Amino acid sequence: MNHLDLLTFARGSALNWALIIFVAGVVLRLFEIFGLSRKTDLAKPRIDSPGSGWRTMLTRSIPPQGMVKRDPVTYIAGYVFHLGLFLAIFFFAPHIEFFRSITGLSWPALPSALVDASVVAAIVALAVLLAHRLNNPVKRLLSTFSDYLAWTVTLLPLLTGYMAYHHLMLEYTLMLALHLFSVELLLVLLPFTKLFHTFSVFVSRWYNGDFFGRKGVAS
Amino acid sequence: MSATLEKGLNAFKEVIDTPIASYFSSCVHCGLCAEACLFYNETGDAKYTPIHKLEPLRRVWKQEYTLLGRLGKLLGLAKPVTDAELTEWEPLVYDSCTMCGRCSMVCPVGNDITYMIRKMREGMSASGHAPEDMKGATKRAVEIGSPMGIKWPAVQAQIKHVQAETGIEVPVDVQGADYLVLMSSMEIINFPEYLSAISRIFKQAGVSWTLAPDAFEATNSGIQIGASDLAREIVSRIVVAAERLKVKCVISPECGHAFTAIRWEGPNLMGKPFGFEVKHILEVLDELRLAGKIKTRGKDKRPLTYHDPCQITRRGGVVEQPRHLLGEIAEDFREMPDAGVMNWCCGGGGGVSANSRAEPLRLEAFKVKKRQIESTGVHTLITACANCRIVMEEGLEHYHMKVEVLGLTELLAEYLVEGE
Ligand code: SF4
Ligand code: SF4
Repeated sequence: MNHLDLLTFARGSALNWALIIFVAGVVLRLFEIFGLSRKTDLAKPRIDSPGSGWRTMLTRSIPPQGMVKRDPVTYIAGYVFHLGLFLAIFFFAPHIEFFRSITGLSWPALPSALVDASVVAAIVALAVLLAHRLNNPVKRLLSTFSDYLAWTVTLLPLLTGYMAYHHLMLEYTLMLALHLFSVELLLVLLPFTKLFHTFSVFVSRWYNGDFFGRKGVAS
Repeated sequence: MSATLEKGLNAFKEVIDTPIASYFSSCVHCGLCAEACLFYNETGDAKYTPIHKLEPLRRVWKQEYTLLGRLGKLLGLAKPVTDAELTEWEPLVYDSCTMCGRCSMVCPVGNDITYMIRKMREGMSASGHAPEDMKGATKRAVEIGSPMGIKWPAVQAQIKHVQAETGIEVPVDVQGADYLVLMSSMEIINFPEYLSAISRIFKQAGVSWTLAPDAFEATNSGIQIGASDLAREIVSRIVVAAERLKVKCVISPECGHAFTAIRWEGPNLMGKPFGFEVKHILEVLDELRLAGKIKTRGKDKRPLTYHDPCQITRRGGVVEQPRHLLGEIAEDFREMPDAGVMNWCCGGGGGVSANSRAEPLRLEAFKVKKRQIESTGVHTLITACANCRIVMEEGLEHYHMKVEVLGLTELLAEYLVEGE
């Protein structure tokens, strides 16, 4: 198999399979969550605040007062990583082209230099977060193999994407194929690791917001 | 009913619902919840990380309710939850968690960890892994009617005393009264001022109220230990009395967890919405103030601060009322740092104060309250929970701090204009 064949495979059946597993996995995990019961709360809410769960989906992204000071590394590196990754996935011109090819939707891209910078920022943030995970006793206690696996499969697409864009180390076609494979690995593992919070975070935040909202406390 | 591991594991399985599954699914192991917890903050010991306290429950969720976890279990790869492990976790789930709710406010993915601890305790108590002291308190609450073993005659003695002191008749078993007033054992034993203050304030405001001999105790040990069947039995006494007397509203006393027990858990334990309202005494007092029914004269000159009881403020939504009331009677009211919904726990909620084994840890955790109080520079501390009050009095004494602790209701009564 030459590099082009490999790339064709990465773009073809490998991607298809990865997407199938990803979608099936996400659906399965959502079923696992919503398949369980939930009793309706019979206590009369303090104020009718039906939007509280929805609001908390957004407001939980803002750190509570005083918390950034307590763990600045997690907050700052966490923001930088999430933002950098988001920009790289959704605002890099070739990515938008890819999304257009499957969904038909397209939107304006950011200048490549800016995307490049956000990828570097995200990679640096990931490195900082790993060091923090290894050093901080609380995080170390909570961490299992799965956390380091999730870290690795998140880093790989960023790294290979960066190297492909800058023509570093390997031949471009091969690097691009590796980039695609790394994305596929991420897609396959996402539903079954903590990376699933990409989806479930909206569920958990909703319940939290609903709980506090019924009591008249904004959360 | 004897407790066994099997019963405990079944209870774990039973309490896991959609929110809990979403919480465990979302946790990114960031450790931020630890920063919110007084037990981690004051000891620096990572084992007090809130989400870590739930580890056995998490594994049951994974092994029972996820496909991968079930596969792992089939292949013998899953680590089962054992009695030995639950023994090890008992101090984490009970001694080092006051169910204060701070961690639930900060978790970036929105995990209501406190809710999960409450649920996990169901399995802990069903498997026999609850602290002995709390078992005793629950037993007394069910058999005698109060966790401290107080019976109605003790309340009657207090009523007599209050009547002699104030000249006001304390209504008992009055059909059709607007309010049914409850108390906590702690108040009956340690703070008789509460009943006297209520009598005087309600007399002035012209409120129709009553006590009930079969439902004077507001606290609910069943909730703290995590035994919903017993919690239901305890709360049903109040429901029966409220329905028998046809009151419009039940007033939860100056006690934090009692409010959670009756106001928020009560209808769910009973399986039906209540036909009457449940309010915390501060809510009632603030309503009376708004209606112009409470007349006070003069203001307290002492600099003072207010400690927000977790279950009343963060988990109960009574935030502004105490501030309004203090505004009427305090000249120099100072907020402590993090006051309001992010206030730090006194260290004794959620049954911790009833658990003597937890005392050294509780006093250690009190250091955060000590710093909060010190930063305000006051020597008078107001609160609205008899349990917080006792716990703080002990903490203050332990750290040789000269700070007086008072209940807000009794402070208000001091400035009441009477007999005009
Ligand atoms: S703060 Fe939330 S996401 Fe982070 S470790 Fe604690 S429970 Fe998990
Ligand atoms: S509820 Fe309070 S005491 Fe319990 S784990 Fe959370 S922060 Fe700590």
